[in-house]
Amino acid sequence: MSDQDERYEVLLSGSGGQGIILAGVIIAEAGIAHDLKVVQTASYGPESRGGASRSEVILSGTDIDYPAVTQPDFVIALTQEAADKFAHLARPRGKALLDTTWVENIPRDIQASTASFPLTEEASNRFGKPLVANIIALGYFAEHNPLMGPDELLQAIVRRVPSHYRELNEHAFAFGRELATRQ
Amino acid sequence: MSDAKGKTVLLQGNEACAMGAIFAGCRFFGGYPITPSTEIAEHLARKLPTVGGVFMQMEDEIASIASIIGASLTGIKSMTATSGPGFSLMQENLGLAAVLEAPVVIVNLMRSGASTGHPTGTGQGDLMQSRWGTHSDHPVVALAPATAQEMFDLTVKAFNIAEKLRVPVVLLPEAVVGHIREAVYIPAEGEMEVINRERPSSYDNLLFFKRDKSGVSHPPDLGTGFRPHFTGLTHDESGFFTAVADEVNAFTVGLNSKIDLHREFLTDYCEETVEDADILLVSFGITARACAYIVRALRKKGVKAGYFRPRIVWPFPEERLRQIAQHTHTFIVPELNLGQMRYAVQRIVGPEKRVVGINRVDGAMLTLDRLMEEIKEALA
Repeated sequence: MSDQDERYEVLLSGSGGQGIILAGVIIAEAGIAHDLKVVQTASYGPESRGGASRSEVILSGTDIDYPAVTQPDFVIALTQEAADKFAHLARPRGKALLDTTWVENIPRDIQASTASFPLTEEASNRFGKPLVANIIALGYFAEHNPLMGPDELLQAIVRRVPSHYRELNEHAFAFGRELATRQ
Repeated sequence: MSDAKGKTVLLQGNEACAMGAIFAGCRFFGGYPITPSTEIAEHLARKLPTVGGVFMQMEDEIASIASIIGASLTGIKSMTATSGPGFSLMQENLGLAAVLEAPVVIVNLMRSGASTGHPTGTGQGDLMQSRWGTHSDHPVVALAPATAQEMFDLTVKAFNIAEKLRVPVVLLPEAVVGHIREAVYIPAEGEMEVINRERPSSYDNLLFFKRDKSGVSHPPDLGTGFRPHFTGLTHDESGFFTAVADEVNAFTVGLNSKIDLHREFLTDYCEETVEDADILLVSFGITARACAYIVRALRKKGVKAGYFRPRIVWPFPEERLRQIAQHTHTFIVPELNLGQMRYAVQRIVGPEKRVVGINRVDGAMLTLDRLMEEIKEALA
């Protein structure tokens, strides 16, 4: 088991259909490409769309025994419910990224530094696909995590998305990186 | 592994299980979809036809296990996958597989709760069912993987045990282990042992069910010209029904002797710092991963703690646990049920030893904080 301090934990949360689990898988694949040990888990309700969805990724330089997030370094919340439930869990020196398209009230108990953008709205307006909000979030994550750079993440995205949507996802990813320069 | 020829990929536990099955030579899957096992069926539906195998979606779980027994008797390595509600439906035919000595692998992804329960929650409530779910004395082996890698490795092992001993083998992962994604090393062909059933070329007096010295009988595959008779009734070495007391007794004792005669082959556990342990954490599957962490944390605090995890849960590695019990006074058994393994541990270590259960049954895993708190209380 890795020492708890050696772990880097990511908690992605939202609603079924928002690509929460896919985003977690992409971070995990990028982690493997970076020679890290990874664990990715997901929990979801009985519905395939609309229910609460959560994905966890743990990255570590050593073997990971305990497979659940203990105190996340990075929280991504794409719905109000997700923000209320999980944003405050981010460790004080960590980061919380909220989609203000759906998160109208930013929880007051967040200790981590918080970034908020209307991710879904931007995805819709700029790319005509609200679904790429998760990829925009990954672009932001690429610039705000200490472990891996944008190249590994982008490669993992390309491997995981349908080839005819490749360009769309590349643009969404680049836009997310650009957002990172703002907050 | 420097000279390895395989590859390492990010896989979901269920995908790793399906790939392990194909690696082991499984060429028939009959099943009925159910959360959290469905990814196994999905993967095999795509892959089996590409390796000359057959995937068949059956009308229910009773038909699913019946189909793999039939396929297995023709000589094809066969598997099904399900979860608690489906596993309950399979119990009658699980007994049939044991009595027909049909090598089959049944994957039972454990969700949470009895009956339909909490379908997307995780649990460990089927430990006893996997051993005693079907009626009367019967041989069965059950394995409990804790990682995506073990979903591959122990699936191969499950087929090896099934083929060698001609018994039904249950793979018993929790929903979390089925859905966890981790790096999995997929060995190249020949890099991991694959066992195939013995196929005698002739039989004395057509006694197809005569046991060899290791307790195993080797009935011929259907369709190979021998015309064996398979029945769920008590039968003699010819395979036909018998009600003669001595023969009925020999049948039941012989059938169950396969497990005892292969104890060593069927002993598989992991342990850490047990030699001087005052307290031992005994757990299986996903829960054991938290226990490994806790034991190391306790050691750093000067507590003489040890860790013990059976990978084959049935038969339970009793002999090793009894050895450890000679110097260990407290056994802590965390599990996602109300004390099924604790019951087994108490029986093995004896009534004079202290055995404390830590249990959680709300569909989630035991957390590190909760474990540490309850262990401190137990030691206070």
